[in-house]
Amino acid sequence: MTTPKVKAEEVHKRFARLEVLKGVSLEVSNGEVICIIGPSGSGKSTFLRCINHLEKIDAGRLSVDGVLVGYRQAGDKLYELRENEIARERAKIGMVFQRFNLFGHMTALENVVEAPIRVLKVPKGQATAEGRALLDQVGLSDKIENYPSQLSGGQQQRVAIARALAMHPSLMLFDEPTSALDPELVGDVLGVMRALAKEMGMTMIVVTHEMGFAREVADRVLMMDDGMIIEEGTPEHFFTAPAEERTRQFLSKIL
Amino acid sequence: MATTVDRPQSSVPPDEIKAIPVRHYGRWIAAALIVYLAVAAGWSIATNPNFEWSIVGDWLFSRRVLDGLVVTIELTVLSMAIGIALGVVLAVMRLSPNPLVSGASFVYVWFFRATPVLVQILFWGNIAALYPQIHIGIPLGPSFTSLDSNSVITVFWAGVLALGLNEAAYMAEIVRAGIISVDEGQTEAAQSLGMSRLLTMRRIVLPQAMRVIVPPTGNETISMLKTTSLVSVIAVSELLYTVQQIYAVNYQTIPLLIVASIWYLIITSILMTGQYYVERHFGRGATRNQPETPFQRIRRYLRFHPDVP
Repeated sequence: MTTPKVKAEEVHKRFARLEVLKGVSLEVSNGEVICIIGPSGSGKSTFLRCINHLEKIDAGRLSVDGVLVGYRQAGDKLYELRENEIARERAKIGMVFQRFNLFGHMTALENVVEAPIRVLKVPKGQATAEGRALLDQVGLSDKIENYPSQLSGGQQQRVAIARALAMHPSLMLFDEPTSALDPELVGDVLGVMRALAKEMGMTMIVVTHEMGFAREVADRVLMMDDGMIIEEGTPEHFFTAPAEERTRQFLSKIL
Repeated sequence: MATTVDRPQSSVPPDEIKAIPVRHYGRWIAAALIVYLAVAAGWSIATNPNFEWSIVGDWLFSRRVLDGLVVTIELTVLSMAIGIALGVVLAVMRLSPNPLVSGASFVYVWFFRATPVLVQILFWGNIAALYPQIHIGIPLGPSFTSLDSNSVITVFWAGVLALGLNEAAYMAEIVRAGIISVDEGQTEAAQSLGMSRLLTMRRIVLPQAMRVIVPPTGNETISMLKTTSLVSVIAVSELLYTVQQIYAVNYQTIPLLIVASIWYLIITSILMTGQYYVERHFGRGATRNQPETPFQRIRRYLRFHPDVP
C-alpha cells in the first residue's frame, strides 16, 4: 500500500480555552482533490493551516508523505523541529490564502521568483524564465511588471497561485481562495485551479463554498462542523442525498 | 425580456463650458497682506545695519566655520548611524517572545527617553570622572588591558556616543511601529513558501515597514543635525561652538549666529530633498501611481510648451 499524501489521526487544536479541532482524521491519497465545506468557525481553515504547521496541533498525529509535520519521532519520543527544518517541510507544500497576501513591494514576477531564488537557490535567470512561464500559464503574461495594488483581486489570486507553484509543491492547500473576490472574477481563479487538478494531477485540499467547482473537480467532499468532520462523500452524494441534517441545513443556505 | 437603452443622438458636440470663475476677494486680500508683510520684513533685514551682512559674508566661507560645519555633519552621520543600527536591534529585541530580551529593550528605551539628552551629553563628557580607566576583558572577570578614558573617549566621541545612544531609543520605537504595521498575512505567506524568520524579516517585512519608518527617520535626521549643537557644552568644535569661539573674540555675536543659521538651513534643505526621494523609493507598490518629482513636472511642462525659453 502506498503512503497517503496527507494523513491526519485524531487531530486536536485549542486556542486558549476554545477547542477548534476536536479530533479530525483524514487520509488523502496522491492526486486526490478534496473540498472541505462547512460554516465559519467550524475549524476548516485551522485544519488547513495545521497541515503546513502555520498552527501547532495539540494532540493527535499529522503527517505529509509519511513524515510528521513539525516533529521528529525517535523511539516513542517526539522532538520539536528547528525552525529551518520546518521551513524546509513547508517549501514542499503550496498555500493560497483568502486575502492573497502577495508581497506588496514586489511586482508579480518578483513575487513569483522570490522564494525559488532565496530558498531553493535556483539561478536567477532560470527562476525568471520559470516565473514568466507560470504567470503565462495563469493568464497574466501581460501583468508581470505590475505591483499587486495595480491588479484586480482575481489577478492577484492567480499570481498567488503561480507563486505557490514556483516552489514545485506536491500538495496545494487553498484557504477559501475565491471568498474575497467579486463574483465576476471567481471564474478565472477556479479555471486555473481546475486546470491544476485535471491537467497536472495536483493533490489539492480546498476549503471552499463553490459547490459547482466541488461537483466538477473534487474526488471527495468533507463537511466540517464544530471542529469535526461530520460527513464525507462524493460530490454527487452531497448534491443528491446528504445524510446529516446539519449538512442539509448548511447546503440549503449556500446553494 | 430584454430592453436596450436609447441613447440621444446628436450631431453637434456640446459646447465647452466658458464660465466666469467665482471671485475670491477674501483670498486676494490675504495674499496682498502676505506680500506686504514679506516686503516689509525683507526691507528691514536688508537695511538694519545691526545685521552686519558684510561680516556675515566675510565669515560664511571662512576656513574655521567650514571646519566646524564638517564636524557637525560628521556628528550627525555617525550618531544617526549608531541610532539606526542599534534602534533596529532594539526593535527586533522588543518583539522577541523571550521576556528578558524584550524587557532589556524596554528598559533601555525607558532610560534614554526619560533623561534629557543635554544631561546625557554632560555625563559622557565627564565619563572619566565616573570611570577613569577603561578595562578590556571579561566583565566581573580578569582584565587584559586598561586604557585611560580621556584618551579613548575624546570629546568628539563622547558627543557621538551621547547622541547616538539617545537616538537609538527613539529609532527603536519608530522601527517597531514600522514592523507591526506590516500585515501578518505577509509573514504567513513568506513562511508558507519555506522562508526562514530572518529571511522573512529582511526581504518581506522590513522593506514594507520602511514606508512607515522613513518619514519619521528623515525627521529625526533633521532634528539630529540641530541637536548636535548641544555638544558645544562639552567643547566639541562643531558649527555652533566654532562661531561662539569667534564672536567671543570679535564680539560680532549676531552676524556669526546668522552664519551658523544659514549653514543649518542649507544642510536641512539638502536633507529634506534626500528624504523626498528615499520616500518615493520605498513607496513603490504602495500607491497605484507615484506622483511626479518636481524635475519630472518641469520636463513635462517644457515638452508641452516648447516655445518657453
